[in-house]
Amino acid sequence: MTWRVGTVVGRRQESATAVTLVLQVPGWPGHLAGQHVDVRLTAEDGYTATRSYSVASAPDGERVELVVESVVDGEVSPYLTGAVVVGDPLELRGPVGGWFVWRPEQTEPVTLVAGGSGVVPLAAMLRARARAGSDADVRLVYSVRSADQLCFGDELRALAGDGFTPVYTRTAPPGWPRPAARLDAATLAGATWPADRHPSCYVCGPTGFVEAVADLLIEAGHDPARVRTERFGPSGGNG
Amino acid sequence: MAVISRGFSGRRRGGGEALPPGQYLTTDFPVLSAGPTPRVDLDRWELTLTSESGQRRDWSWGQLQALPAQDVTVDLHCVTRWSKLGTAWRGVCLDTLLDGVDTDAAYALVDCYGGYTTNLPLADLRGGRAWVAYGYDGAPLAPEHGGPARLLVPHLYLWKSAKWVHGITLRTSDSPGFWESVGYHNYGDPWREQRYWDA
Amino acid sequence: MSHDEDRVLDGNAAAGALGSVFAVDLTAAVGACAGCGRTGVLGGTVLFADGMGMVLRCPGCDAVLARVVETLTRTWLDLRGLAYLQVATAPTAV
Repeated sequence: MTWRVGTVVGRRQESATAVTLVLQVPGWPGHLAGQHVDVRLTAEDGYTATRSYSVASAPDGERVELVVESVVDGEVSPYLTGAVVVGDPLELRGPVGGWFVWRPEQTEPVTLVAGGSGVVPLAAMLRARARAGSDADVRLVYSVRSADQLCFGDELRALAGDGFTPVYTRTAPPGWPRPAARLDAATLAGATWPADRHPSCYVCGPTGFVEAVADLLIEAGHDPARVRTERFGPSGGNG
Repeated sequence: MAVISRGFSGRRRGGGEALPPGQYLTTDFPVLSAGPTPRVDLDRWELTLTSESGQRRDWSWGQLQALPAQDVTVDLHCVTRWSKLGTAWRGVCLDTLLDGVDTDAAYALVDCYGGYTTNLPLADLRGGRAWVAYGYDGAPLAPEHGGPARLLVPHLYLWKSAKWVHGITLRTSDSPGFWESVGYHNYGDPWREQRYWDA
Repeated sequence: MSHDEDRVLDGNAAAGALGSVFAVDLTAAVGACAGCGRTGVLGGTVLFADGMGMVLRCPGCDAVLARVVETLTRTWLDLRGLAYLQVATAPTAV
């Protein structure tokens, strides 16, 4: 698998700190929801830095969307969110990843649990599900520190309907019924499919979040083979 | 041919100091690790030096502390391109540990709590160029930086300054360590930019 | 300064580097730890990704399963910590 060059054709601010980059990638072979790409930046003296980002968009020809969360003092994310403009080339490798994926042929219920920027591959799954016209039952739990950190909130509500549960961990919006607190077993159980529905579970976010949620799901009786995880670094990429 | 990312330079900022090629100056102290931080009980900590004939010398924590120690200020150069200048360490010079050891060995293999290994010529451990360091910046060396004790060999890239040092084995043949066996340079001189085996 | 959590990812992050060597995706491959015998998908292994390389470790015993180093011209791979790897060659139920 070799490096390809895509061109930035669009840029959207998704939240206070997250940006969607829309890329046109000639020869893009298509991708599965949940897959990611490695993005490589090269300085003039040949120094390189590589990070991984999940593909946010449903398959759409040569169009690929990535979401980058800007990390204070990060090496790559401030460049991608702050310096990159429409027309710039971007080197990428992929799509890669065949385990943390959702395929439209899957008919069983789906539980998606996102921590912060971990929502990106799960949003891709929801978008792919909609694009494919799938009626697989879906529930999404999306844990963020505060409402200004939500990405694609309206779209996720539309795609998951009643199955969408945001969880605010630091600051809840005024009048929100649940006080700000970390995702716990009770909230998780109330917002996801129970084990006897045999859902495929996808958990994505920071390492600590993913491990805690995966443990809760397994304690609740879910088959570990049906719980797929992807751990992210702070800029929303797994690298 | 790689695409150049317009205006990208990574974290690097000009240091104005003479640095080895390709390095940049940092003021923080990045923590890089290949695994979980080992937690070693000082009551059970030991350092073992084994010669090629199988002769062993051990030091307990108390015995290490009782050896003559040096306070040194050295520059650190990590192969990931950061350099940190003027770092203050306290430790026992390897010349002290090797004093009186009967050996014809030319190489050393260093092993660590947690499983890390690195190799270097025995000559590079001698001549006041290497320490078993247990103090950093006036305080006991923190576990994330290799405490209770690490090897310190500042004239080579920092991956040779093995954290959580446990044993040093003197050998007549060289044995590549953890990173040396997967592409990193066997010697690792920052001034000759010896980062990788193939470049 | 980095926090431990920031650098600890999982085997999914090695997909690109492994993909430059292997034609099949390995994140779904099932591996066995040569140390403790535990089996699991590579995507679920613990991955330490600092600037030097990727180190995949057994979630059970922490033993090194694999090391991946990418230089500009080569990818180095050490799989000695894996007793075996098995990859589905026919479609399997998800």
